[in-house]
Amino acid sequence: MQAQLNAVLDAFPYLLFGAINTGLIVIAAMFIGLFIGVLAAVGLVYGPRWLKWALTAYLWFFRGVPILALLFLFYFGLFPHLNIQIPALAAVAAVLGLTTGAYQANIFRGAIMSLPQGQFRAASALGMSEAAAIRSIILPQALRISIPAWSNEYSIILKDSALAFVIGAPEIMARAQFVASRTYQHLPLYLAAGLLYFFLTWAGVTALRKLEHKVRIPGYTEEEKS
Amino acid sequence: MNNAAAPTVPILQAENLSKSFSGQRILKGVSVGLGRGEIKILIGPSGGGKSTLLQCLNCLVLPDEGSISLSGQVIDLHDKKNLYQLRQQVGMIFQDFNLFDHLNALDNITIALRKVRKISRSQAQERAMLELEQVGLGNKAELYPAQLSGGQKQRVAIARALAMDPQVLLLDEPTSALDPELIGEVIAVIRTLAGKGMTMLMATHQISLISNLADEILFMEAGVIVEQGEPAQLLCPGCGSKSVGFCERLSEIADGDGTC
Repeated sequence: MQAQLNAVLDAFPYLLFGAINTGLIVIAAMFIGLFIGVLAAVGLVYGPRWLKWALTAYLWFFRGVPILALLFLFYFGLFPHLNIQIPALAAVAAVLGLTTGAYQANIFRGAIMSLPQGQFRAASALGMSEAAAIRSIILPQALRISIPAWSNEYSIILKDSALAFVIGAPEIMARAQFVASRTYQHLPLYLAAGLLYFFLTWAGVTALRKLEHKVRIPGYTEEEKS
Repeated sequence: MNNAAAPTVPILQAENLSKSFSGQRILKGVSVGLGRGEIKILIGPSGGGKSTLLQCLNCLVLPDEGSISLSGQVIDLHDKKNLYQLRQQVGMIFQDFNLFDHLNALDNITIALRKVRKISRSQAQERAMLELEQVGLGNKAELYPAQLSGGQKQRVAIARALAMDPQVLLLDEPTSALDPELIGEVIAVIRTLAGKGMTMLMATHQISLISNLADEILFMEAGVIVEQGEPAQLLCPGCGSKSVGFCERLSEIADGDGTC
């Protein structure tokens, strides 16, 4: 027991830096995904036909190919082929960002479509351009509705980021595996890794719940009993 | 032909508007003109094209054929900038209010002032407060649409449209979605507007508005204006017009609330 505890304690700073890397990967991926997702959703709902086609192809590709395959494809295939040299961490953030972007596009698209059509019409009737109506009227409402689904997406991407260890990105899983294979203390180290993931999930989901509450539209949705 | 708004030039003039939705002709060459301060009221059975006509007039729905001119200037229906300008001058009130759900009453009004008119936030708020007070809601500025009654929502919607200083107001059954006891407050606001000389085209089934606000009644059926004239002409008892028959049926439903 003592040996196991020591193994974890010794490795803890090392694992913690792994957790910081995991956090950076996921935050970067989620914001890349937010950026892509919002633009793609707007394009899917309001764009011309050719754009809808292109975006639909993008959605199918990233939702249809496993993340592990995408990581290999991009990190060992596409990036070297294009002479792009980026660290494994950045490559993982990019692949996860593109993947979650596809899922987030669908989340935001659904949220936009769930708004009453009268919202856009009323904005137009006041002389707003389409772009202004989307920016000032549609997106502020759609993004609010999307927070619970976005929080799901966060917890999924966080756990998918563990796949990064296969291309050697120094995140939680890679580091836990590295220490475990040297000390043979598999049980405590993977338990510690699991707890770190759990903590990151909890922290992110809790923060997003706070955000959801903070931007709640008064009277619009029922106040949740706590 | 003088393009400056000479008294004879209607503020809003539509000629031969036609519109089809999936092969079905909803509007069949409708023309309508509104002079300054005129109030015209659209009546007729549901599905007759009243809503479509109103939405075509500020190009929320683009007509397939026909032309629209504002103060004598023909609107280029294919130029978006032209449409944005038309809509700023032709306000629209919807049956179901369509307040922006994420903004409080005040910001429902300021948002277009700021984003379309590019007025500063503080000036926009000042103007919005003024409009809210005009409709008797100065004390509800901070409330969100979900916290307002139907009548209050519609009054905010009217204040929102008026803040843009429109030359014409189109009203699409402004009281139809309201509980009976809330209709009065909206009618009062509309009457005040009429008293101030606002130019309006309104679709309504509200018998009290039809008979004593209208300068002219337009009876619309199957995409065509089939009767058109002053209330005194169209609504005289026993004159056999479609309008009088329609209004009589409405007042039966309204339980004797005013006669035609």
